[in-house]
Amino acid sequence: MIPAAFEYKRPMSLEEAISHLAEHGYDARVLAGGQSLIPAMRYRLAQPAVLVDINKLPNLGYLLEENGKLRIGALVRDTDVEFNKNIQSKYHLISDVSMVVADPIVRFRGTVVGSLCHNDPSGDWAAAAIAARAEMVIQGKNGTRVEAIDQFLVDSFATSIGEGELAVEARFPIPNERTSGAYEKIERKVGDYATAAAAVQIELNPDGTIKEAGIGITAVAHMALRVVEGENLLRGQKPSLDLIRAAAEEARKIADPNPDARGSAEYKKDMARVLVGRGLIKALRRLNVAVA
Amino acid sequence: MEITLKINGAEKKLNVEPRTLLVHAIRDAGLTGTHIGCDSSSCGVCTVVLDGKTAVKSCTMFAVMAEGHEITTIEGMAQGGKLHPLQQAFHDQHGLQCGYCTPGMIMAAHVLLQHNPNPTEEEIRFGLSGNLCRCTGYQNIVKAVQQAAQMLQQPAGAAADD
Amino acid sequence: MAVQTTNLEPKGIQGLGKAIKRKEDSRFIVGKGNYLDDIKLPGMLYMALVHSPYAHAKILNIDASEALKIPGVKAVITAKDLAAAGLSWIPTLAGDKQMVLADGKVLYQYQEVAAVYAETRQAAADGAAAVQVEYEPLPVVVDPYKATAPDAPVLREDLKGQMTGAHGPRRHDNHIWTWDVGSKDETEKALAASEVRIKQHMVYPRSHPAPLEPCGCIGDMNPATGRLTVYMTTQAPHAIRTVLSLVTKIPENNIRVISPDIGGGFGNKVPVYPGYVCAIVGSIVLGAPVKWVETRTENLTTTGFARDFHMDIEIGATKDGKVTAMKVYTLADHGAFDAAADPSKYPAGLFSICTGSYDFQKAYAQVEAVYTNKAPGGVAYRCSFRVTEASYLIERSMDVLAHELKMDPAELRLKNFIQPQQFPYPSALGWTYDSGDYEKTLKVALERIGYAELRKEQAEKRARGELMGIGISTFTEIVGAGPSKDFDILGIKMFDGAEIRVHPSGSAIVRAGTRHQGQGHETTWAQIVSEELGLDVDKIIVEEGDTDTAPYGLGTYASRSTPTAGGAMALGARRIREKAKKIAAHLLEVGENDVEWVDKKFVVKGVPGKSVTMNEVAFAAYTNLPPGMEPGLETTYYYDPPNLTFPHGAYICVVDIDKGTGEVKVRRFVAIDDCGTIINPMIVEGQVHGGLTEGFAMAFMQEIAFDEQGNHLSSNFTDYLLPTALETPKWETGHTVTPSPHHPIGAKGVGESPTVGSPAAFVNAVVDALAHLGVRHIDMPITREKVWRILRQAGVDSF
Repeated sequence: MIPAAFEYKRPMSLEEAISHLAEHGYDARVLAGGQSLIPAMRYRLAQPAVLVDINKLPNLGYLLEENGKLRIGALVRDTDVEFNKNIQSKYHLISDVSMVVADPIVRFRGTVVGSLCHNDPSGDWAAAAIAARAEMVIQGKNGTRVEAIDQFLVDSFATSIGEGELAVEARFPIPNERTSGAYEKIERKVGDYATAAAAVQIELNPDGTIKEAGIGITAVAHMALRVVEGENLLRGQKPSLDLIRAAAEEARKIADPNPDARGSAEYKKDMARVLVGRGLIKALRRLNVAVA
Repeated sequence: MEITLKINGAEKKLNVEPRTLLVHAIRDAGLTGTHIGCDSSSCGVCTVVLDGKTAVKSCTMFAVMAEGHEITTIEGMAQGGKLHPLQQAFHDQHGLQCGYCTPGMIMAAHVLLQHNPNPTEEEIRFGLSGNLCRCTGYQNIVKAVQQAAQMLQQPAGAAADD
Repeated sequence: MAVQTTNLEPKGIQGLGKAIKRKEDSRFIVGKGNYLDDIKLPGMLYMALVHSPYAHAKILNIDASEALKIPGVKAVITAKDLAAAGLSWIPTLAGDKQMVLADGKVLYQYQEVAAVYAETRQAAADGAAAVQVEYEPLPVVVDPYKATAPDAPVLREDLKGQMTGAHGPRRHDNHIWTWDVGSKDETEKALAASEVRIKQHMVYPRSHPAPLEPCGCIGDMNPATGRLTVYMTTQAPHAIRTVLSLVTKIPENNIRVISPDIGGGFGNKVPVYPGYVCAIVGSIVLGAPVKWVETRTENLTTTGFARDFHMDIEIGATKDGKVTAMKVYTLADHGAFDAAADPSKYPAGLFSICTGSYDFQKAYAQVEAVYTNKAPGGVAYRCSFRVTEASYLIERSMDVLAHELKMDPAELRLKNFIQPQQFPYPSALGWTYDSGDYEKTLKVALERIGYAELRKEQAEKRARGELMGIGISTFTEIVGAGPSKDFDILGIKMFDGAEIRVHPSGSAIVRAGTRHQGQGHETTWAQIVSEELGLDVDKIIVEEGDTDTAPYGLGTYASRSTPTAGGAMALGARRIREKAKKIAAHLLEVGENDVEWVDKKFVVKGVPGKSVTMNEVAFAAYTNLPPGMEPGLETTYYYDPPNLTFPHGAYICVVDIDKGTGEVKVRRFVAIDDCGTIINPMIVEGQVHGGLTEGFAMAFMQEIAFDEQGNHLSSNFTDYLLPTALETPKWETGHTVTPSPHHPIGAKGVGESPTVGSPAAFVNAVVDALAHLGVRHIDMPITREKVWRILRQAGVDSF
């Protein structure tokens, strides 16, 4: 299948990229990894008039820790994260996600920031960003702004990025040694969209109670959701199976999935519950806390 | 538009549209070992190697995006008439039947071994899960990758008579 | 001069039973295969098709004016243009006809409506997108059970009121045929008298072979010579040439069909598709070669679906588990045109193998076919014409019966197997099974998997609330169609041909009417000839797929190549050996009766040192012949098999079930196959791995689904699920060998056994894991949700 014709822009600087985006507004789409956009264009489900290819922009491929944050530049590929030893050892949630996005070949091109900007209702990174309380860095003509992930993700396939703006970085807090997380996803096969998935992150107090909890679920609503009530139940409590059950139940309650070939709404809601429960158990196990 | 792609070490000047998919550009340049099997980036039969260590589905990249990168296709694997260990191993282990997925599978395996020179069976299955095969049931492909890993770890010259 | 080729190790004389590596690999591993889309002819145009968004609609208007304005677009054709050439409809293999491009109305979603020809593939795609079609939607028939309701809309208005079809009377405008076999009265009596009876409804869902290479065609009419060359992804090039000649009225000698390397077929590449016809018509009309290669969506939505059998079975048995009778009613959803690829006499294929490996005294089967608003097809997807449905039905039903009798499913099977001394065995539905040893094969499988220990483990786990199941399938296949007394397609008998030419230097070229798509014929045919003639495998080249050079044959599908062309290969070689023996006697200066064929040499009886090789004989055939003998050493042999062959196998599957998500994990799968004599064990094992993987896919993933408006829900690989290496289980294979008594080398064919036999083993294992919760049957594909629903209804929950 052949995409419809488009005008191709290959800026060599951030300024140039932003000026193309400003000039063409919503007629232009940013091309980073292209792993969602190009298939959509082949089916002519997307027919952008202008593509702004940011792959040649300098200095957007960084993946580094600075000022308490893991900074992921807009051209960091999923595999850069997947193969990174520091991430594997310290960022349990992010490492889990990086292994199950799309398929191993697609991950060589797909970008973390691009996935967050795409905000597919079944996106993996959105759930992780919610659970880990990430921030996005957005650049426009007049400088950059930093936005909490909950404000950044607006609706299905929609974010707070405005006309003439480009998301240049995702920032995740560096987890301390009492923090762990997990990503639990069921998919019908590798490369399928999630039937349901849950991202969780837990930080314990020195006394073993839960200091902070993050729960994001995806593929079970119009977009990835934060399970606020589940987080509230966990915060300040000592981990137990009953507590996890109650928190997981909150995921089932707020999930509002569309039935499709992956499952009925009822099934997906229950999977949101099961996967949040499993994620919490796994994250706690990684902190050497056994609850089951 | 005119672009220059470096494929298997040779520079090729090509006239493409911005929407020309990399796989079409490669095939139109006469290198038909890279195949097309779907429109959804699912099957991986178009997998090629970019810059030595990165595998891409060449149906999910525009040809213009590949400018400035080194592209390796199946035709670039054998050197001086000698099969690459992966090619030899696919033959030895009966890792192919109709042959249609084979080029993409070999390129994916090539990149897998760059990142993990001694993979377990599970790691091979995981690493090749972006590539479909309808004939072999993957079992002999896994064996072939294991054999190639061994051959590549042996000192040069010792690999020939496995 | 040294020619650089891919260096594979020399093989020497390698006959039957040797796991020699494949000769054909040399081009595929270096990217030098020659598949259809690799062919580029000077001045070639590209074709793209316009498809219907509706499942049933009247076409009010087609406007191609915008498309024709696009630079590079050369022409757009519709049914009207085809009608002028007499090609708006073409006959199907099943005695029906089908539209090439929608003629007045569309009958399924994605049906081909117009063809666009252009100088580039981009312009062709843009042209197809620019063709404007106005539709008036009509009510749709999706559920085959509603197709023959009194108020159902008439789908095939061209057949309206015609109450007789190609296969007998029609009882409704959407009814195609009713076919039955066996004695209904006697079966019903035997069922009524049975101590135990089970009834079960089960669906074999619509599926698609989905080879990784899509279908395609290049039509190349040479206006100067009037000769049409057609490059086509076809498993049956000779039959296609004949059909094309009948349809286009071009004399058969002026048509050359070339089937280049094929990237998997599995039955998908047997029929003639509208896209092929449009590419050929385009070439004739435009005077330039025209290439059409399917998109994956076109492949999954318009070509060659398989299965879609809705089955009801009733089995009778004694209390102690001896089966007495079976009765089957099946509703077959054939879509909008009856384009099933079956031998003429068998509209339901070889479905009547449904008595399986068991000694049923009475049986009756009836199949009814109906039209619905779905794509036509009914191809033999890695299946010998509906054998897959039949084997699944009986193997699943034996477990239902075992459950009813509270009997171990292995024990029930052992009690009912046809015994070795009963062969040749006449089945209640009319087949004569050639050979088999079912008990032996099952016992090998039970031993290999450790059946008794697994049952113990299962009992312990069940007591702890864990879910584990064991499933058995002991299927019998029927392949090798077939003997000319019963088997033809469009009247052409289903023999197959082999041509062997031995050159003066002892090399040979071998050609067959079959066309491999990964099965390894270039190696196995060479092995048969090497075995029979004592020639070096490396010096035997095998060629298939060019109708100008290869002998006639019906092609490769339905596991027929080895039973038919393989037989022709062996008998052709033996005919050559007869002549060679005369030459050998001449060279050895003895009488012909004093020469015998020992260890792949001609030896003078009683004088072991005095011998000549086939190489020496071959040279003499061109240089030093006995007086009066015709020079040369070659033959063409057409083999008409006396019977079909009946491969069988015993498969055992072990599954574990996740109580939280309903996920089924296949822990182990043992497949013991008996395909008679094995030509190349490595290739046979490869075939079994691949077939098991497709069986696994059918049991758990693959389904062509529709919504109530007839919208296709499985139109690409993100919705039609093929397993990757990660989902696919690890297979454990093995063999017993019960040669076919009538096949020249005792071989039976194996390509499909694993696809035919395995689905029931998977489903039986899952049902077995859940049986204590009251489950008796689950339809394929077994999704996590189906299992989850059962678990939650039974109060089973877990993280």
